[in-house]
Amino acid sequence: MKLTGAEILWESLRREDVEVVFGYPGGANLPIYDALPKFPIRHVLVRHEQGAAHMADGYARASGKVGVALATSGPGATNLVTGIATAMMDSSPTVFITGQVVSKFIGYDAFQETDVTGITLPITKHNYLVTDVRELGHVVREAFYIARTGRPGPVLIDITKDAQQNSTDWEYDDSPIQLPGYRPDLSPSEKDFQTAVELIQSAERPLILAGHGVLMSGAMNELKEFAERTNTPVAMTLLGLSSFPSSHPLYLGMMGMHGEAWVNHAIQNADLLIAVGMRFDDRVTGNLKTYAPNARKIHLEIDPSEINKNVKVDVALIGNLRDTLRQLLPRIQPCEHSDWLSFIDSLKGESAVRDIQNMPDNGKLHAPHVIFDIWRLTNGKALVVTDVGQHQMWTAQYYHQDIPGYFISSGGLGTMGFGLPAAIGAKFARPEAEVWVVCGDGGFQMTQAELATIAQEGIKINIAVINNGYLGMVRQWQEFFYDSRYTATPMRSPDFVKIAEAHGLTGLRVTKRNEVEEAVQRARQSKETVLIDFRVEKEDSVYPMVPAGADLHQMIRRPLPNPVLENVENDI
Amino acid sequence: MQHTIVALVENKPGVLNRVASLFRRRGFNIDSLTVGRTEQPEISRMTIVVDTDETNVERLMSYLYKLVNVIQVHDLSKVPTVNRDLAMVKVNANDENRTHIMQLVDVFRARIVDVSNSSFIIEITGDEEKIEGFIDVLRPWGIIEMVRTGIVSMARGAVPLYPNGKNGNGYHHENRAGLNLPLTSQFYGGA
Repeated sequence: MKLTGAEILWESLRREDVEVVFGYPGGANLPIYDALPKFPIRHVLVRHEQGAAHMADGYARASGKVGVALATSGPGATNLVTGIATAMMDSSPTVFITGQVVSKFIGYDAFQETDVTGITLPITKHNYLVTDVRELGHVVREAFYIARTGRPGPVLIDITKDAQQNSTDWEYDDSPIQLPGYRPDLSPSEKDFQTAVELIQSAERPLILAGHGVLMSGAMNELKEFAERTNTPVAMTLLGLSSFPSSHPLYLGMMGMHGEAWVNHAIQNADLLIAVGMRFDDRVTGNLKTYAPNARKIHLEIDPSEINKNVKVDVALIGNLRDTLRQLLPRIQPCEHSDWLSFIDSLKGESAVRDIQNMPDNGKLHAPHVIFDIWRLTNGKALVVTDVGQHQMWTAQYYHQDIPGYFISSGGLGTMGFGLPAAIGAKFARPEAEVWVVCGDGGFQMTQAELATIAQEGIKINIAVINNGYLGMVRQWQEFFYDSRYTATPMRSPDFVKIAEAHGLTGLRVTKRNEVEEAVQRARQSKETVLIDFRVEKEDSVYPMVPAGADLHQMIRRPLPNPVLENVENDI
Repeated sequence: MQHTIVALVENKPGVLNRVASLFRRRGFNIDSLTVGRTEQPEISRMTIVVDTDETNVERLMSYLYKLVNVIQVHDLSKVPTVNRDLAMVKVNANDENRTHIMQLVDVFRARIVDVSNSSFIIEITGDEEKIEGFIDVLRPWGIIEMVRTGIVSMARGAVPLYPNGKNGNGYHHENRAGLNLPLTSQFYGGA
């Protein structure tokens, strides 16, 4: 059948099970937009292409399907870049489609021409420039295949305007994809399994480190079974959160820079680390020279380039995590580690007295209180999306997530502005879910324009702006490491309640802890998107904290409460 | 230490850029890089010489494998090989030194490929040491211009670099950057 490139593109997207595309039209992708009404795919008009990229990313993370964003050439494409890099660092299965100038103008600095494949080369898993309509259908299939298989990631397709307009005879081809250099299907050798089993069975103080890979391979049940059979406690990376239920007795909590103290101490005391779908990021390990000094290490990982990159391991089981765990489980005999588990319990007791939730109410609104209350009031059932900063770490610590995939955050790239658009994408993926996005006042303003997208699309999410009048995490670093010189971190923000109202949404303000519950419940009951401006304690810090490059057990802890000092402060 | 890495890649536009960009991004400095076709027209062969340690070569090879267009990667520093570099040297040649230079060319089994009233262009192939040696003895006569191709390398013996493996693309997991095998054998006395 004779189809234009634009029609081939939409039909190919439909065949890839794409339901929604986040995008922004422009000169070089007009033929694609012109063909859209003929196809059963919903288009969401964003306010900035970065928003489209994060929405596609959020959609992908919440659905497990490939998220798609569409932009025009030049500035449209470069606006996607932050979102593509975010998806790359967090291995999010995404396809980005950009228009490109007519092929005969490429290389002549034409209007809105940019070398998009060149720019995105280091931040995509793979990318394509399509100048010939006859290649397009095939390229789209390859792109989706690469995006979703192996270690997932972003793939970009740059399509010249003539390739969108020209027609060709085309039938959808569903033959297997041949990519001689692409190997998404590695599996561990029998010998590696044996070595791993020996290490697991002989360990006395084992610890599982669960990462994003558990969620992406859908290995939650296998991980649970493995942890239960071996009685091994489970520590989480930031992106691993929700891959193992926080209510489970073997659940430890988050590790790393702002991880729980008992988790970091457990890592330093372990004799075996079983790393599943995580990559020993510097925010997780601290000083590599002193990291887990007594532990053997087993690394279950799909990407061979992650093995021995930061931490030397004793054995690597390379392959799809779920398949690997399924093969590993029958070889494992049940074991007990009651001494080890009670040792970790004793560490928890010491931490509890430093937990702000257990400290006496000083009448102030602390961000951890807000997040803890949101967790309590949503019964822990909300799909929570965060931005980047202090509120992100507090959400990781205090929103105890049990539902797999219901915690979404920008980890590797730490992209401020991610939260709001990612939450919109997540809502499209999970319309039935109660979506809460937790943002800081800084990050929220980076992509706040997407409130208009929310209003236009008529979707319902809940927005908690943790407003402390500072770029809080940077302020915290200035306090700890730069003698409290708060350069460029105090931030005067607009009236967020009015901002919400200007978009036709509801805005609420909370300044005291006893107002939190009512506001959260009003937001939950409202049929439209509600923004709550939580005016929290301005100079609170996230504890514990492992300073960058410090040993993992060298943590800055929350100061113990001192009633006398508190009273003095209140009198002033 | 210098490592000679051979990468078989798909013969497609932009692949050289992807490989070169990877070296830059991961902070590796390329000593030399050559690209050419193989006996299979859809496959090109890159020979990349890089000065780095063993750990980094393993990292580098696994990064190369992440590129979708890279089919196979080998570190030829670990096996007996034949290495060849080709240089063309334009050197001052007058009535006084012409005979002397021709004798040097003979000794090094090089070839004179262009003659003018005042110069030769000499072509020489060989491993790097031989070419360095030849250039050193020419230098006193005055080198006008020089170009070198960079090393190409091939393992000795009948076995090809890319025996058609289980996936039909010659890829073997155990070969991969020497990842699993050396580590496990190191810690557990081999298997």
